[in-house]
Amino acid sequence: MKKTIFALAVTGFLAACSSTPPETTSAPAAEKTAAPAAAAPAPMVAEPVKPALYPPKGVGGALGERSIYYDFDKYAIKDQYKTVVDAHGGFLLSHPDSKVTLQGNCDERGSREYNLGLGQRRADSVRKVLAAKGVKDSQMETVSFGKEKPHNPGHNEAAWAENRRTDIVYKGE
Amino acid sequence: MKNNLIRFILAWIALATLGARAEITLEIVTQGAHQIPIVVLPFANDRPGDKAISPIVGADLTRSGLFSVLDASDVKPAPADIEGVNWDDWRNRHADYLVVGNVQELPNHHLEARFRLMDVNTQVARLNLAFEGTPEQYRMIAHHIADAIFENLTGDKGMFSTRIAYITKQGEQRSLKVADSDGVNEQTMLTAHEPIISPRWSPDGKRMAYVSFELHRPMVVVQTLATGARKIVANFKGSNSAPAWSPDGTRLAVVLTKDGHSQIYLINADGTGPVRRLLSSGGIDTEPVFTADGQTLYFTSDRDGGPQIYRVSVNGGEAPQRLTFGSTYAVSPRLSPDGKFMTYVQRDDGQFHVMLMDLTSGQTQAMTDTSLDESPTFAPNGKYIMYSTEVQDRGILAIVSTDGRIRQKLTTQTGDVYEPVWGPLQ
Repeated sequence: MKKTIFALAVTGFLAACSSTPPETTSAPAAEKTAAPAAAAPAPMVAEPVKPALYPPKGVGGALGERSIYYDFDKYAIKDQYKTVVDAHGGFLLSHPDSKVTLQGNCDERGSREYNLGLGQRRADSVRKVLAAKGVKDSQMETVSFGKEKPHNPGHNEAAWAENRRTDIVYKGE
Repeated sequence: MKNNLIRFILAWIALATLGARAEITLEIVTQGAHQIPIVVLPFANDRPGDKAISPIVGADLTRSGLFSVLDASDVKPAPADIEGVNWDDWRNRHADYLVVGNVQELPNHHLEARFRLMDVNTQVARLNLAFEGTPEQYRMIAHHIADAIFENLTGDKGMFSTRIAYITKQGEQRSLKVADSDGVNEQTMLTAHEPIISPRWSPDGKRMAYVSFELHRPMVVVQTLATGARKIVANFKGSNSAPAWSPDGTRLAVVLTKDGHSQIYLINADGTGPVRRLLSSGGIDTEPVFTADGQTLYFTSDRDGGPQIYRVSVNGGEAPQRLTFGSTYAVSPRLSPDGKFMTYVQRDDGQFHVMLMDLTSGQTQAMTDTSLDESPTFAPNGKYIMYSTEVQDRGILAIVSTDGRIRQKLTTQTGDVYEPVWGPLQ
């Protein structure tokens, strides 16, 4: 019964989307309009020599790490994660066609809206360091998920520590 | 004079949604210290079973925590009016007040419930009212009757006929739902596999602003309840969140990151026209809320380090005034309808509690003993605060009276429920 109800609800929502799409009256999202030409994929014939757009799976060391972790209510990058940011900065500099989304996340404690702002600051803090290393703005996007998408659903310090995080997510990965 | 019948016809409040009934269950945890003894006699010609009106009136008064509702199930047949009332019996049972009434089906097939609220000792009528609605509105008719009784006997507006909104989460599926204030008549406004947060009723209760991540990052949407029509009103580069309605319902304060970090802007509620930046700080400014006159904004900011609550004139001029000093973390301000109190969440020793501040004296009080409270919201009569918290790893809603005496819990059968927001008086 419950499944039926949810299915109906989803159908209703999709129907609403397709028949009366939400009207956008404010400025459109940057990523929709500002996709730079540099992002064009390599020619299809050149498949075998297509440059890697993200660090290879299983790579070791700092480049193998994709997450930066934080203290509660903090967005400063701790010393131990600076090598991670540096490694990805180096990769992005040597791969100008690569793009990343920096996803800021928070633990479940406190206000959802304040955490949304805090997650944005976390993502921005990584972006700033990368920009200072010379990574182009067009290679980076930031988004905050606040406390809405925890990796670890637990309600203890171990879970919270895991969820206070900026993820470096490569496009196409 | 009170004996002259006054009739009310309920507005039909349409809600273009699909959804289940009573998925959320209300449980009374503690009652008020001084309860008014009252009996609600079965209404003559009341509808059968769980569609009967008078038991819903009794249940409403009971859950307010302010009434001791005496059992009248042995009264047969139910008197249609005061002539059939056994006054001596109810005096002996220590009822101070008595409700007697009847239900009729009108020629237009609407229901009409008439009742009198009587003083048992003087046998003087304090109320003589009739409420008319469609048969489907039987619960709302009962809630309006309970509201009238509550207001007459306590001096405060009743809130039984109001509605609440909240988010439920099962797995990755989130739903924005609306229900009567007792959790019944739950209806789904939106279901998505991405987060939905910060629902906010428009002042007239006809629209809902909220933040949806359907496009994989936060944008502000306004949805009309009656038609289900949705409109994106803020979708700038970066994050768009924390909508707050202006008291006239024409504008929204929102938090945007289009110019960098989270700052507060003013937009038109239909998403058209210019965007005005209201504040400028080096920190996160968020969770704006207008005062009833629309002239002052309360908000959360970490401009001085950790998050604290501030207020500022919408028209600029003076620097924002900081209001919270008791902790390193104070967030989520909401104002009582009379503007005299503020509820918010404060962190103490790692525990997050709902707080109440008397804005005249600055005195503060912790309202809860749970540890992960969030999203407090005042009932439209200012006498109750609803909030979300976590009990046994589940997100639940809870209600506490502003005097701290009355406590209730609202839980779903499975999954989490959070982000409650109490709708306006209808």
